[in-house]
Parts: sequence; structure tokens; C-alpha cells
Amino acid sequence: MAVDLHKYANPKRFLSIIGAIYPWAALLTVGLLVTGLYLGLFVAPEDYQQGDTVRIMFVHVPAAWMGLSIYTMMAISSAVGLIWKHPVADLSAKSMAPIGAAFTFLSLVTGALWGQPMWGTYWVWDARLTSMLILLFLYLGYMAIWESFDDYSKAAKAAAILVLVGVINIPVIKFSVDWWNTLHQPASVATMEGPKIHSSILTPLLVMGAAYMALFTTIYCVRVKAEILGRRLRMLQINQIQE
Amino acid sequence: MSLAAHDLSCIRQERQIFSNLSFTLSKGELLWVKGRNGAGKSSLLRIMAQLLSSPTGRIEWAGQDISEDPSEYLQNIRYIGHQDGLKSVFTPRENLQFWIDYLGTGAIKPALSALELDAIADSPVRILSAGQKKRTQLAKLLAVPAPVWVLDEPVSSLDVHFIDLFRDILKGHIASGGMALLATHQDLGIAGTRILNLDQLVVEGGE
Amino acid sequence: MKPFLTLVQRDIQLAIRQGSALTLTLSFFVIAVTLFPLGVGPELNILARIGPGVLWVGALLSCMLTLDRIFQADFEDGSLEQLLIGPLPALFMVLAKILAHWVTSVLPLILITPILAISLNMPIDGVVAMVGALLVGTPVLSLIGGVGAALTVAMRRGGVLLSILVLPLYIPVLIFGVAAVEAAIALLPVAPHIMLLGGLALGALVICPVAAAAALRLATE
Repeated sequence: MAVDLHKYANPKRFLSIIGAIYPWAALLTVGLLVTGLYLGLFVAPEDYQQGDTVRIMFVHVPAAWMGLSIYTMMAISSAVGLIWKHPVADLSAKSMAPIGAAFTFLSLVTGALWGQPMWGTYWVWDARLTSMLILLFLYLGYMAIWESFDDYSKAAKAAAILVLVGVINIPVIKFSVDWWNTLHQPASVATMEGPKIHSSILTPLLVMGAAYMALFTTIYCVRVKAEILGRRLRMLQINQIQE
Repeated sequence: MSLAAHDLSCIRQERQIFSNLSFTLSKGELLWVKGRNGAGKSSLLRIMAQLLSSPTGRIEWAGQDISEDPSEYLQNIRYIGHQDGLKSVFTPRENLQFWIDYLGTGAIKPALSALELDAIADSPVRILSAGQKKRTQLAKLLAVPAPVWVLDEPVSSLDVHFIDLFRDILKGHIASGGMALLATHQDLGIAGTRILNLDQLVVEGGE
Repeated sequence: MKPFLTLVQRDIQLAIRQGSALTLTLSFFVIAVTLFPLGVGPELNILARIGPGVLWVGALLSCMLTLDRIFQADFEDGSLEQLLIGPLPALFMVLAKILAHWVTSVLPLILITPILAISLNMPIDGVVAMVGALLVGTPVLSLIGGVGAALTVAMRRGGVLLSILVLPLYIPVLIFGVAAVEAAIALLPVAPHIMLLGGLALGALVICPVAAAAALRLATE
């Protein structure tokens, strides 16, 4: 007999909550994305220096926010999994990782595209971009360790240890990279922050942030459901072998 | 002093190997853990040695739950596993000496001679045969004494002479009030052995 | 305390008996650093400019290559599980092994660094700061590396994964370490940088052994 199905792979309540959230999150995503993009691309004024290219910010900055906050959520979820041994928490952290990595990657690509008109080159070792790049490495390590164990519960614990060590390190890495940047970069280079933020810019930024959050929730619902069903399938297979 | 296991279970590779396993072991008792391959013999011994945790139940040593003070419990346990735990560049003497220093007290000479290791005590472990390594591993039981022996296939790769020798050592340990948990394929034929059959989850025999 | 010292002593003895591994790491460090002048050209001012970074990256990679030695052999021959159920709490056991590893594998790298630094046209102030920064900074590398090594100890080909896990976490040490040397070369105070490295070392000392011990328990389960 496989491990108690009810306890480990049949979190019915969780699935029903996910099922209830999913359509609303999807709807909200569409609404917020349309509003945010409209505000960002048509309503917000163009920058007097950068022209229309400043609008990349509305895609770039919230993606960077998401990259960081999803890593933090993963750490919290993993801590819950490690301390209270709640199996859904591990699955939940695992489901978040690729989404977080995708947002981080998006912020890097849009950062490079923004860099071209701003600095005349696709990549500068700007403190923010460099930190995001390191964050992407952390995501890749986290996903790699999940793949490296055959035993699910071992993988979950190993990944949790890694993400917790990582999350403690993130502020240190961020600080060191910022500090390294001020040490090496001449002050004349513009930073990603651009001009002082005006409300006509801030509003679309926040709307886009909310849209990304809703998008994250939507994808998360799908992924976590797939993970739970995948676990259940494995359990059924194990049962079949043993009978 | 006695060892009691209540309601242990084991999950390996997401499979339930056994559950609801309880037994007790008192002074001067030998419990032979039997079962087919994959029944969880090694896992049970590893749970008793605290290398594996049981998701349910508890282990009591001298009436006290060992989770309250695991290191106090572990001082009373010697675990012999499948891997020999010997450093190949050290000699048997150096290997044993390390464990004596690390674990606190012990004596090396009687252990070496009891397992007839004197002749090879100063050759590096890497040139020893499998049987000689096994004997060096077993010598640790005598070099650093402890009341509970947890033995996972202790006589594998030993020839008839040394199996007899080890049987006598084990008998001596039991007779002097020690306890042992033993997982072997062959019957060592020690009188009064109790049997824990993992296939049926029953404890049989005894006096 | 006695088991701790016994274990440190045993690991150092083992490393001395298997001396070849040590010379291999040293050779790697020297060769890796030698590649840079060959790659960027022999101009002395360029070498002086990149010297601190090259030496730190070289030290970082050499440290990383030695990490599997902390737990691997003990895991494979079963000593590790015996150590885990021994009298020393797991996190002190981990600490003892990391300390022994640092003494046998990392300290020799630090001792050879002055020669390499001079070959890269580093002024003597820089060399002194380099050695000082390495002495304070490399324990952080060993501690963080210990977590990575413990996480990957049961994997047959864990080496690449280990580097992916560990290298991003090495970045702060690299940044502060290089900054210390550059400050010394520019005749600026070095102490603040060394203290930052010291802070990292203390932080790592608190967090890493706990995490590594948990990972080792996982590996032997």
C-alpha cells in the first residue's frame, strides 16, 4: 500500500479553494492587464529624455518586483513545509519557482531592451540588473535541486533548506551588489529608476504590478493543481506495482 | 533497562514498508528481525539507531521517550550497518582508536584479539579482504562497549570459523545482560532468540 | 570538546595521508591564475588592474572544487552515519569537518597567493590585504560550501549542481574581498572591508552548520 493517500496527495479542500479562485484570478488578470497597458502605453506622458522607450518600465519594473516577492513567498511556503510538515506547502513552493524564474527572466530581457536606447548597449552591469541576474541563478539552482532527487520528500526538504539559506542571503547579495556598483560606476550614468516618479507614471506601474500578481495567482492555481494531481498519479502507480 | 518500540512505521520512496510495529527488548534478550527482501529489516534497524525517523510512534529507553534526549539514548547504541565505516588509509588499530577517542572510552587490545585481528592490526584497511574489514567493523562493538547492539547483517562475508566466533561473542554479550537487534538471512542458532517477523508483524518464540 | 578536536585531528590526518588531492587543488589554482595573463596579455598595468579580481575568482573556484571532499568520502564508506549518531551534536560535527577542510584545503591556497599576486604585479600593500582578506573571507566560502556539499553528497554527479547552488551565494565575499585589496592598493583604509567580511563570516557561522547538518540527515536517511 502506498503512503496514506488522504494525508499526502488528496488535499481536497485545497483543490476546491484553488478551483474557486482560478476563474476570478483569470478574469482579474485580463482586466488589470488591459487597464495597465492602456494607462502605461497611451495615458502616461512620454519622458522628455527617453521618449516612448520609458514605457518599457511598465513591463520591466513590476516583473522585477514579482521576481523578488515570489522568491520570498517560496521561502515562506518552504518554511511552513519544513516546520509543520504540510505536504501542500512543499508542492506550493515548487509550483511557484518556474513562475518566479519567468518573471525574473522577463525583467532581465526588458531591462536589456530598455538599456539599448538608454545606454546604447543591451547590457550594462547596473546594480539592479545584476541583482536580478543573480536571483535568476538562485531560481535555477532551486529548480535543479528538485530534479536531482528521486525521493519526493527528500527533494522537498533539500529544496526548502536551499531556499531558506538563499532568502537569508538575498539582502546581503543585494547590498553587496549595490555597493559594488557605486564603487565602480561613474555617477553620470542614469539609473533604471529614471526621472522622479510622478503619479501619472506611478498609477500604471501599480496597476501593472497588480495585474502581474493576478497573473501569478492564475498560473499558480493551474500549476499547483497539476502538481497535486501528478502526486496522486504517482501514488496510484505505486499502489498498482505493489498489488 | 529495556528498549521498547511503539507503533513504528516506515515510509521509503513514498511507499509504506511497515506500520503499527511494536516490540520490547529487555536485558539479556536477542531479537532476530526476519522478513523477505524489502520487508524493512534494515529500515527498522536504522530507525532504532536514529538514522531514520518513524513518522508515527515512539521509542522508549528505560521507560523514557528517547526524543527527549536522543544523545543520551545513542550512547547506549552500537550500530553495525552495511557500510563498514572504516577509513581505508588508516589501519584497523587507528580506525578503532579514533572511535574510542571520539566516543569516550574503550580498550583496543581485547577487541583486536577477540576477533583475531592482531596479525593485520597495522596494515592499512585498503589492502584487507572483505571478511577482514567486516571483523574490524565488528571489533568496534567490543572496543567501545554499549548495552544495545543493532546489527544489520553482521556475519555477511565471514567464513564459518568467524561466524562461530561472532556467535560466541554475541552469546557473551547477551549472557552479560546486553541486548541485541539482529537482521540476518541465516539463523545464528542462539538459544532463546526471539523472532520479529516483518512479513507477518508478529513476535514469536523466546523462552 | 574532546570529540570535536578528535574529529578535526582525524580529518587532517586523513588529508595528509591522501596528499595528492591537496597538490591537485594547488596546481589548479596556479594554472587558473596563469591563464589570465595569457588571455589578456602581459602588460603590467592591465595585470595590476585585474589582479585582485583574478586572484579572488581563482581562490573561489579552487575552494569550490575541494568542497566535495568535506563529506563525500565519509558518506560513501558509512563513517558519516556513524558520526551522525555519535556524541557530538550534528552541527558541531559539521563544523569540525568544515574546519578541518579549511585548514587542509584552503589554507595552502592562501599561503601560495603572495607568489601569484607578485606575478600579477600587485604592490606589497595589496598582497598583505589580499592575504588578510582571504583569511577572513575564505571561511565563509567553506561554510556556505559545506551546505552545498551536504545537499549534494548523495548524488552521483553532484559537482555541477553544487557549483550552481554555491557560486551565487559566494558573490558578496568576492565583492568585499576584491574591494579590500583595491582599497589597500589605493592606500585607503582596509579595515572596513575586512570587517564586512568578518560580519559575513559570523553570519555564515550561525546559519550554515545548522543547514548543512539538516541536509546531511536527509542524505543518510
